[in-house]
Amino acid sequence: MTTQQVIEAADVRKNYRGGTEGAGLNGFDLTVTAGTVTGLLGPNGAGKTTAVRILSTLLEMDSGQASVAGYDVRRQGAEVRRRIGLVGQYAAIDEVLTGRQNLTMFGRLNHLAHAKAAKRADELLEQFDLVAAAGQAVGKYSGGMRRRLDLAASLIVAPDVLFVDEPTTGLDPAARLEVWAAVRQLVSNGTTVLLTTQYLEEADQLADRISMLKDGKVVAEGTPDQLKTQLGSDWLDLVLTDPAELEVVRRLAEPLADGELKIEGQRLSVPVKDRTRALVVMANSLHEANIEPEDITLRRPTLDEVFLHLTGSKVAV
Amino acid sequence: MTTLGWTLADSWTITRRTLTHWRNQPGLIIFSWFFPVLMLLVFGSLLGGAMDLPDGQSYYELLVPGIFALTMLFGLEGTMTAVTQDKEKGVTDRFRSLPMSSAAVVMGRAIADMLDTLIALAVLVGTGLALGWRWHEGLPKALAAFGLLLLLRFALLWIGIYIGLSVRNAQSLTVVQVLVWPIGFLSSAFVATSTMPAWLGTISQWNPLSAAATAARTLFGNPDASITTTWVGSHSVLMAIISPLLLTAVFLPLSAHRYRNLSR
Ligand SMILES: Nc1ncnc2c1ncn2[C@@H]1O[C@H](COP(=O)(O)OP(=O)(O)O)[C@@H](O)[C@H]1O
Ligand SMILES: [Mg+2]
Repeated sequence: MTTQQVIEAADVRKNYRGGTEGAGLNGFDLTVTAGTVTGLLGPNGAGKTTAVRILSTLLEMDSGQASVAGYDVRRQGAEVRRRIGLVGQYAAIDEVLTGRQNLTMFGRLNHLAHAKAAKRADELLEQFDLVAAAGQAVGKYSGGMRRRLDLAASLIVAPDVLFVDEPTTGLDPAARLEVWAAVRQLVSNGTTVLLTTQYLEEADQLADRISMLKDGKVVAEGTPDQLKTQLGSDWLDLVLTDPAELEVVRRLAEPLADGELKIEGQRLSVPVKDRTRALVVMANSLHEANIEPEDITLRRPTLDEVFLHLTGSKVAV
Repeated sequence: MTTLGWTLADSWTITRRTLTHWRNQPGLIIFSWFFPVLMLLVFGSLLGGAMDLPDGQSYYELLVPGIFALTMLFGLEGTMTAVTQDKEKGVTDRFRSLPMSSAAVVMGRAIADMLDTLIALAVLVGTGLALGWRWHEGLPKALAAFGLLLLLRFALLWIGIYIGLSVRNAQSLTVVQVLVWPIGFLSSAFVATSTMPAWLGTISQWNPLSAAATAARTLFGNPDASITTTWVGSHSVLMAIISPLLLTAVFLPLSAHRYRNLSR
């Protein structure tokens, strides 16, 4: 590969036959650099699964360009499939087979020799902490165990890129932590991962870069920090002891505000540009007015606020 | 390995998957092999007394080949269910994302289902023989009859794959599972079509199931009134070759098309 871009997609469009107008992808762009975890974040129906299925050659796009590991997904599907791992939105493993039988079968289908497939299955069972359940039918596994086996099955031959589609949707919090740990482990091994999620927290926790998807289009892209600064301003939060002081403090804060102030109960949030100056000036003004706030803090906007700002719609937290 | 070599190896891996299912859940598969035996015994005792066969022959002489044909038809359900479940659960997608041969997914299924049918048929032949059913025209013709029955099963395989890929989920299959019964009854499986009311008989004699049942009786030397009384009956062997081939010619390309269309 000449570039370090493992995934490149430009203006990808997809409309499902018989689907609703505008559902699918409407000019989807994405670049993923080798060795990073990119989070594709968007609410239900944003087009995450559609994007993953197109990039993993399961679905044909209507128009646009996309390459994975340097190969065109449309014309060089077989080459792409040799270099990717896919963990679909629904755990795609055989429920009647045991964990070990599943892994050896997928090993054989990845064209490993019998002995090698068996050895690889054992390694993966070990790695994903499934040794004890290896001989049990997958039908008896918990949601978290299934997901881990599913991840293992997609890593039989170390892929250049791993697609993980909504790995924790529908899992309880404990199982979610299990899956996060498993994904982090992959990342420490240097696998390039494209992870989709509807949970901001998950993207914030796992991803180096985030692309925010809405209605089949990426509306913002960057590191979590960049996205948070993209809102333009930080927030100066003031929590007051006495609600009566709210009006005075609001007047003091107004000249510093870079946008609209928010009032929630006894909390006044002021968008500010120059963080340090704002904090010093505000503290001084409060001191002069003889007001002692319960709390005064500077913070970056949360991803929630970024998402709300950029898309006008809420995402699950 | 060559491309063909990999296709065969992958197909065998997929077939082995089904064999492992049998090993992991033996009760289920053994029951399915004995279900046709159950049908044979139930319909044999239910209808046997009411049947008037020439020379006082046992009703089993007519019924056993009919149940053979019916077993081919019921095999359709197994194919359908397996294909739909794999599609629904995302297993098909995982196969499609692997560097394996895509033809192997279908070939592996075909081999497994034909093996399944072969075993069910063997169990049924054993039971039939125990109940007094015999073939009277020699082993080569008997083998030819089994060949025609398996040819029908092969054709139904493609219908099963086509329907399995077409329906949304496993629940939608119930409709098909119910419809299988009238198709079974509207055939010469239980009675010769020539003994039915004219309009029913006409529908039934063109049923591919009738072709297989009547052709099997012809080759086994078992009684079937339609062999001498109707055109379709007297040409049943030809019909039993042509109708599965026609069905295959229609549904094999349709299934391949459906499979490719999973990416649309
Ligand atoms: N097979 C399909 N046929 C028609 N519409 C579909 C199909 N799959 C998805 N869609 C629609 O496309 C949009 C994007 O779906 P999807 O990619 O699954 O979103 P996400 O994974 O972000 O929840 C949704 O509006 C969905 O209803
Ligand atoms: Mg999805």
